[in-house]
Amino acid sequence: MAVATSPAAVARVPGARVVGWAWTILRRYPVIPVAVLLIVLVIPALFAELITPHDPIDGNLRARLLPPAWTDGGDWSYPLGSDRQGRDILSRMIFGARTAALVSLAALAVGGIIGSVLGLVAGYFGSWWDHVIMRLVDINLSLPLILLALVLVVLFEPGTATTVAVVALLLWSRYARQVRAEVLTLKEMDFVARARVAGASNLRIIFRHILPNVFNTIIVLATLQVGNVILLEASLSFLGAGIPPPNPAWGVMVAEGRDFIVTSWWLSVIPGLAIMFTVLSMNLLGDWLRDYLDPKLRQL
Amino acid sequence: MQRYIIIRLFQAVLALIGVSIIVFTLVRITGSPLDVLAPADATEEDLRRVAALWGFDKPLWEQYILFVGNALQLDFGPSIKFQGQSAMGLIGDAIPNSLQLAGFAMFVSVLMAVPIGVVSAVKKGTPIDMIGKIIALLGQSLPPFWLGIVLIWIFSVNLGWLPVSGKGGFTHIILPGVALGWFSVAAFMRLTRSAMLNVLDSEYVKFARIKGTAEWKVIWKHALKNAAIPPLTLFGIIAGIMVTGVVTLETVFAWPGIGQLALTSVNARDYSVVQGLVILISAMFITINLIVDILYAYIDPRVRYGGGRG
Repeated sequence: MAVATSPAAVARVPGARVVGWAWTILRRYPVIPVAVLLIVLVIPALFAELITPHDPIDGNLRARLLPPAWTDGGDWSYPLGSDRQGRDILSRMIFGARTAALVSLAALAVGGIIGSVLGLVAGYFGSWWDHVIMRLVDINLSLPLILLALVLVVLFEPGTATTVAVVALLLWSRYARQVRAEVLTLKEMDFVARARVAGASNLRIIFRHILPNVFNTIIVLATLQVGNVILLEASLSFLGAGIPPPNPAWGVMVAEGRDFIVTSWWLSVIPGLAIMFTVLSMNLLGDWLRDYLDPKLRQL
Repeated sequence: MQRYIIIRLFQAVLALIGVSIIVFTLVRITGSPLDVLAPADATEEDLRRVAALWGFDKPLWEQYILFVGNALQLDFGPSIKFQGQSAMGLIGDAIPNSLQLAGFAMFVSVLMAVPIGVVSAVKKGTPIDMIGKIIALLGQSLPPFWLGIVLIWIFSVNLGWLPVSGKGGFTHIILPGVALGWFSVAAFMRLTRSAMLNVLDSEYVKFARIKGTAEWKVIWKHALKNAAIPPLTLFGIIAGIMVTGVVTLETVFAWPGIGQLALTSVNARDYSVVQGLVILISAMFITINLIVDILYAYIDPRVRYGGGRG
């Protein structure tokens, strides 16, 4: 690019350069999604106790159904209003962020690890390992898992652990499929054959030579799924099959506010916005990370 | 091709057997149905009689075989909650309602996605492309159940244009359909966009332009027709997404479909209905995926020799 300095660029005032530079950064890096995530999810989840103005579970019955502070009748000590038990919406949302972060990270970790290990085994050992694991994947993908989740919650006591288990059950097959497909090509490569000649055991080849090569895929898949996992947890909680009330979870809050939509819109609308911003930013971040780490993964 | 179809068919049957075993076991460990069937003051003798009547006294494997035999004839036994009605009858009443909702949602989705995808592809890299992407991404990020509540709030409560819930005329399906359909816009749109980009680059589109065909006709007639094939493969994935959305949205809009039925039967431990629902929906998924895979192999011969799509 020898003719990069066009007359227009020379004529620019210094202020425009800063704007142009900021625009480049904004376009090249996911600054806005990361900022939104920090504000809506990460900081609340980490410092919930320090920044909540009220207790998320014990309400003040004299401060029932207060509207958000900026509307008529609002009170600045309840910035986003309060629910019918006089609980502060903001405080419940902050602790809800912790629930969402905790459940999605745990479920992704459990589902991702189980799925990846099964994918590695199926791809590397082939033969009947492959058949059995792939048929399990088929079954998993053909079950209406939301219905199964409803059944499972009747079976086990509802709570964080059950929710994590249910969500992980929904997730693992994607990893197994993707990892297996990549292992199938990787294991035919020279470096694997050489490792075997050098006397490496199967376990060593899998974890030392193959796993590092599929790691990017696993990370990208996980980032792309966080948004969906948060939606899933919210859906389950909304149906009463996830985090049980009175615990603060965004899905529970939307469900609790549903019957009050005519009189007190903020109960449902505000927690839903938190879900939306989190999922939207997470999806944008995932897209960026995929292109950054490995543009080949577009079809994920 | 024949070999591929036979292998896929065999795999589909295996998956269905796996599903039936899982459902059968799960439902039986959720607690004895006798507790629901018999009154609280039932004696041992009563319990035994009820068990014999429903076949719970037979060994498990015998119960399983009986269950599969009946399931093949679409008989899932009488409903436990709604005495006097068969599980299949309840499910059969609910399925058309859900299909209607899902079908309308799919229609809304395509109606939104195709124009956005085409315009994004034609105006690639412009602000219009960006706005299209944002609309699609937004849909993917909005929890459908929440979107449903917000739509009720705006269009039913504040504006009073559309009914709040229930099933009735055409106006009843608009809100749940939009709430459900918007979610899959992103997937359809992305596919339309990339397919259009490919087609717009091809020789015959260039030729149509050279010939002097009007630009709108090139895009909406010549190009779009050929870009419409790839979205077919998406059908299986969308069907899966739809079921989750259907279940939550039916509770929001009191839509009398499988989602509502599932929720009430799980809570009432009406396990004949739950079993029937899970098995029928799984069978539907398996069939859809089987058809998609076979069509795909038909279109793209590489699939037949590669042993499936990964």
